[in-house]
Amino acid sequence: MSGELLVVENLNVAFPGRTSVTQAVRDASFTLGRERLGIVGESGSGKSTTGRAILGLVPRPGIVTATTMSYAGRNLLANTERDWQELRGRRMSMVMQDPKYSLNPVLTVGRQISETCFLHLRTSREDARRRTLRMLEAVQIRDPELVYDLYPHQLSGGMGQRVMIAMMLIAEPDLLIADEPTSALDVTVQNEVLRILDDLVRERGMGLIFISHNLTVVSSFCDRVLIMYAGRIVEQCAARDLQNARHPYTRALVAATPSLDSPRTELATVTRDPAWLQ
Amino acid sequence: MIDIEDLNVTFHSAGRDVRAVQNVSFRVEEGETFGIVGESGSGKSTILRAIAGLVPSASARLEVNGRPAAHRRSRADRRMLQFVFQDPYASLHPRQTVDDILREPLEIHRESAIDERIARAIADVGLLPAHRFRYPHQLSGGQRQRVAIARALILNPPILLLDEPTSALDVSVQAEILNLLARLRQSYSLTSILVSHDLAVVAHLCRRIAIMQLGRLVEIITADDLRSGAVKADYTRRLIAASRGFVRASA
Amino acid sequence: MTETLAQWLTSEAPASRRQAVLGNLYRGLRAILKNPTALAGLIIVALLLLMAVFAPWISLGRSPIEQDLAGRLAAPSSAHWFGTDELGRDIFTRTLYGARVTLTIVVLVSVLVAPIGLAVGTVAGYLGGWVDAVLMRTTDVFLAFPRLVLALAFAAALGPGIENAVIAISLTAWPPYARIARSETLAIAHSEFIEAAVLEGASTWRILFRHIVPLCLSSVVVRLTLDMAGIILTAAGLGFLGLGAQPPTAEWGAMVSSGRDVILDQWWVATIPGLAILVVSLGFNLLGDGLRDVFDPKSA
Repeated sequence: MSGELLVVENLNVAFPGRTSVTQAVRDASFTLGRERLGIVGESGSGKSTTGRAILGLVPRPGIVTATTMSYAGRNLLANTERDWQELRGRRMSMVMQDPKYSLNPVLTVGRQISETCFLHLRTSREDARRRTLRMLEAVQIRDPELVYDLYPHQLSGGMGQRVMIAMMLIAEPDLLIADEPTSALDVTVQNEVLRILDDLVRERGMGLIFISHNLTVVSSFCDRVLIMYAGRIVEQCAARDLQNARHPYTRALVAATPSLDSPRTELATVTRDPAWLQ
Repeated sequence: MIDIEDLNVTFHSAGRDVRAVQNVSFRVEEGETFGIVGESGSGKSTILRAIAGLVPSASARLEVNGRPAAHRRSRADRRMLQFVFQDPYASLHPRQTVDDILREPLEIHRESAIDERIARAIADVGLLPAHRFRYPHQLSGGQRQRVAIARALILNPPILLLDEPTSALDVSVQAEILNLLARLRQSYSLTSILVSHDLAVVAHLCRRIAIMQLGRLVEIITADDLRSGAVKADYTRRLIAASRGFVRASA
Repeated sequence: MTETLAQWLTSEAPASRRQAVLGNLYRGLRAILKNPTALAGLIIVALLLLMAVFAPWISLGRSPIEQDLAGRLAAPSSAHWFGTDELGRDIFTRTLYGARVTLTIVVLVSVLVAPIGLAVGTVAGYLGGWVDAVLMRTTDVFLAFPRLVLALAFAAALGPGIENAVIAISLTAWPPYARIARSETLAIAHSEFIEAAVLEGASTWRILFRHIVPLCLSSVVVRLTLDMAGIILTAAGLGFLGLGAQPPTAEWGAMVSSGRDVILDQWWVATIPGLAILVVSLGFNLLGDGLRDVFDPKSA
């Protein structure tokens, strides 16, 4: 039993089109321990697809191949749809960008969360309710009893995202994949949500994959960062070293981001080099 | 150039009054790029829409280019000021080519030398002649935003209002658009207001910045104040701290 | 040559407005041709068109109203492919000429219904307020009339004939178009590209006709194609009741009606025009379904 929660080697995801094949992820290899791993990239870099591939959620007709993809010693590549259903929610979960689309609009918040709890942990209904209220409290919702009976449309953006996190964490997974969890939120709310995630990682020893386009957030929040460009991981580094990255693409991204601390008269633009894909 | 005193905007929805903007006053000097920052619901975009006449407003004074701006605008009023929207996917007509989109304002104002001006506007925003007859769905997000900027500038307006012009774009594309805006405000000698939720973006382009919260103006600071943290209001301080990224609570 | 034409049409960098528009049409046409349903519908409608235009040539110069009382009610043969009717007229020829009547009705109804519906719907949706209320309540009033009953009343009041049938059908057919156009308009009236047009100084009429109508057009065209079957059936129904096209004009509904008395012994008299009605209605329905798939892949 090694310390690695997740091992991914040479992950490839391809989407066959009518005339050509779109290669969304190319030979991505990385490992995840009980830590906060950031995946940074621009749109189309394959960062979300990587997250989905780990959960077996790549939509048809996508083709996922890898030399290794294992979770806690278990080979994910051999998973049947049944195995996936057992893993997802119970052992690994995903938080999406917009809670509005991920919550069922006609069920109350409490009902949805306790249902997850009931299904995965096979607890009694009363126990599920108790756990749900405790979880809502853990994500810093001030009045859990009140929120329990609300419908998703009655929640603000920050509150909705907290409810999503509560729902994803109720079954106490070991691995959480958060795909742009704070991008739709205001900066002040964003940091509260990050704090909740941070506490949960530390207290429960969870592994977290944090997918984002925002360099500032990732470098301040994560332990390690993968930088993706056109489906390829071009660089892996410690989050605090992001400012001193080596790969020209990472450096260009950092230089292109307006910064409060180092004002520039002109922002650097990214000149793409085909050699980055080699 | 733009003079606002006691601006109020109230929306009536579902029997309730929502005061989106309350008693906001500021002046923007000629040639200045003024920044407005705030979180969602702060009323920052509503101020821009009120200045543009897209929403009805009440104020002690609302002057654009020395002339009082009413809600009903004449065609001459319209050429004073143009707008660049946040979402480059929603702000271009899906069935019109770039050429149609740029031709429209010139035809409305019965301008001459239309073809040459379209060609020049396309070149000015860094697009190629090959883009001229494409439809928006054949362009990338950054290219669409360039088209939107070209449309806003084609009538040579003295004032440009920018509503989150880069928040729907990737970092590298944002850099290109911000550089373009910086260059164009020189060559077109523009007065502009830039609204954004991103402090770093606003500080990059603007010298003076208004901080908005829940429909009220918290304070007006300079970009240097923003960087050094020399601000008065608590809210501003919190906003700046949050924008610098996540700080782990020392456990 | 064809290769280069296709390349010119699908060019990612059209050099003129004409090329861009043609390229767009070409892409749409290719999408229709790739869709089997739409293609089948298109072929049937195209055949109807050819039949109507070339009726005198296809029928080898036979007249649709020329009677031959000696050869009445003849069964289909090499001389009369579809047989003859009770006045000895060639049914094949009459069916061909009937396509003209049907096509006339289709074209006239389209020309009346689409613009009225579009105008009412877009104006109501964009201006809102009392204009919307007045226009939409008027629409509701028209929607409340049963189509066939109104057509009967019209024919009774103004006398039977194709023109009156068209007017009667159009009067009851436009309200759904106004509703479609209105809901489409509401969806885009507050979008940013409309606001951009307002800021450019465009007048309300300019915004309506240059910016909103083009976006409502595709759903109206789809709906019109799908409705065509119903319109053809209504027209045939009026003809059957003797309130549509008047004899001796060859009209499918009237032809079915005249074959009613002899349907057991001389089945072809009523069956052939009936089949024509069926096939053409089916063709328009298939084409409409296909067009909907092409214009709006989401709702397919």
